[in-house]
Amino acid sequence: MNSHAEKNEFTSDEMMTIAASRMLKSDDVCFVGIGAPSAACNVARLSHAPDITLIYESGTIGTAPDILPLSIGDGELCDTALTTVSVPEMFRYWLQGGRITIGFLGAAQIDKFGNINTTVIGDYHNPKTRMPGGGGAPEIASQAGQIYITMKQSLRSMVPKIDFFTSYGHGNGYDDRQKLGIKTTGPTVLITDLAIWKPHPETKEFIVTNLHAGVSKEDVQAHCGWEVTFSKQITTTPLPDATELNVLRELHKRTNAAHQRI
Amino acid sequence: MAQFVSLQDAVRDVMSDGLCVALEGFTHLIPHASAHEIIRQGFKNLTLVRMTPDIIYDQMIGMGCASKLIFSYAGNPGVGLLRRLRDAVENQWPVPLEIEEHSHAAMANAYEAGAAAMPCALFRGYLGAELKQVNPNIKMISCPFTGEALAAVPSIRPDVSFIHAQKADRKGNILIEGIIGIQKEAVLSAAKSVVTVEEIIDEFDTHPNAVILPHWTIDYIAEVPGAAHPSYAQGYYARDNSAYKEWDILSADRDLFLKWMAEHVMQQTPDVFAKRAQFTNPQSTGQGDSCDE
Repeated sequence: MNSHAEKNEFTSDEMMTIAASRMLKSDDVCFVGIGAPSAACNVARLSHAPDITLIYESGTIGTAPDILPLSIGDGELCDTALTTVSVPEMFRYWLQGGRITIGFLGAAQIDKFGNINTTVIGDYHNPKTRMPGGGGAPEIASQAGQIYITMKQSLRSMVPKIDFFTSYGHGNGYDDRQKLGIKTTGPTVLITDLAIWKPHPETKEFIVTNLHAGVSKEDVQAHCGWEVTFSKQITTTPLPDATELNVLRELHKRTNAAHQRI
Repeated sequence: MAQFVSLQDAVRDVMSDGLCVALEGFTHLIPHASAHEIIRQGFKNLTLVRMTPDIIYDQMIGMGCASKLIFSYAGNPGVGLLRRLRDAVENQWPVPLEIEEHSHAAMANAYEAGAAAMPCALFRGYLGAELKQVNPNIKMISCPFTGEALAAVPSIRPDVSFIHAQKADRKGNILIEGIIGIQKEAVLSAAKSVVTVEEIIDEFDTHPNAVILPHWTIDYIAEVPGAAHPSYAQGYYARDNSAYKEWDILSADRDLFLKWMAEHVMQQTPDVFAKRAQFTNPQSTGQGDSCDE
């Protein structure tokens, strides 16, 4: 029996979340960004990685929410956590202390080396658009063992040059990161609604290693602002299976019901 | 020594124009009632400090209370941007707003340094981050022992810190539970502190490691049930996520914002918060009846 869904039976958003969830393992200790990363991390926990430790910057360690939190500090996170620590302790002992294996981030704007801007569009002192800023991300990017990134592709979000270096990825590539004295690996995978990208081992430029089902190279290039490099051994991302889709949809259903109830 | 007073009196006593003020609570226990009282009493030119400005500072900035903001994440969590803050930064409305921007790690370290009466905080941060090029209060220094490049930021020492907590006992000791955020550091780093609480009880029934601020670290305590709404108080009421979503619309337009503030803040008193929060355990607060209105 083939338990895989037909490719028309899921959305590109669902494909992105499920592909992102597959990157996580039960022995990971994952610092979770809000939004798309949060959904992926909880799908992993509710499917193939039941023992994963999820940590949110509000201080909740080993949390297992039944619904997706709207903020990084919803009560659900504390109610279901192994323990909840203060914010200084979270950033000093757990993140700076090197206890986090994966930092899972989203991005408003990204370049081909995985540098992220969530601060401003335009000049910092005279911005065209003021965005929320870094929050925990600048130190997650430099202190978590490695960084996974998930975001939707568009010409606005994937740009040749970001307007502001909120969170450092691989700089201008090669060993820029090590030269700055950063000891951690940095971005190792980017999961979008169209493809999976990994850094080239030497240049550190993100190259496409997997295309999601039904997506062409032209689709990826049409939604990316830099000239995309494709791996020579490009493969198709396995389709979401019935269990993955069910877990994700039930999670969203519970979340929507809970947010409407309040 | 903690004095039990009304929130109106506490704000009148500790506040004046131009002070450096922190209202803290990391998503949880955000002291909204205190912010509304500061807005109503019309204080201006404040330096507002807060890791996540959130709706609470969007309202204070939109009402012209602040001339400077020190912060590390200026979003409406899970919803989007803070529109009044943006209007102040991008268009100087209603007054210009100077910003000093940090990362969460920097702010957390700076509060902790403030509580420890240190002039600055040291941490392994801002590596490759551009904020240090635009914020002169971020410096890199060498570790005197290893030579490692470390980030230094000034400690945070507010004139006044406001927090919200679940309980005070009759002596004025304060109990905080759940996501405890940065509240302990906010109080211990400040010259003066004001705490609103859900309820005042005879004595705490809790475990030996509970987060308790002794009464002699607190200046004023006001009992204001529901004071964190639309944030939440663990054990009392949940986060009003729909209010956060609605704020995105209410705050998008200057006139709509001013109209909403006139009706929901300027013409109200702290008592209104007891009606706004949806208490899950009415018996414990004695405020259950007021929820039915």
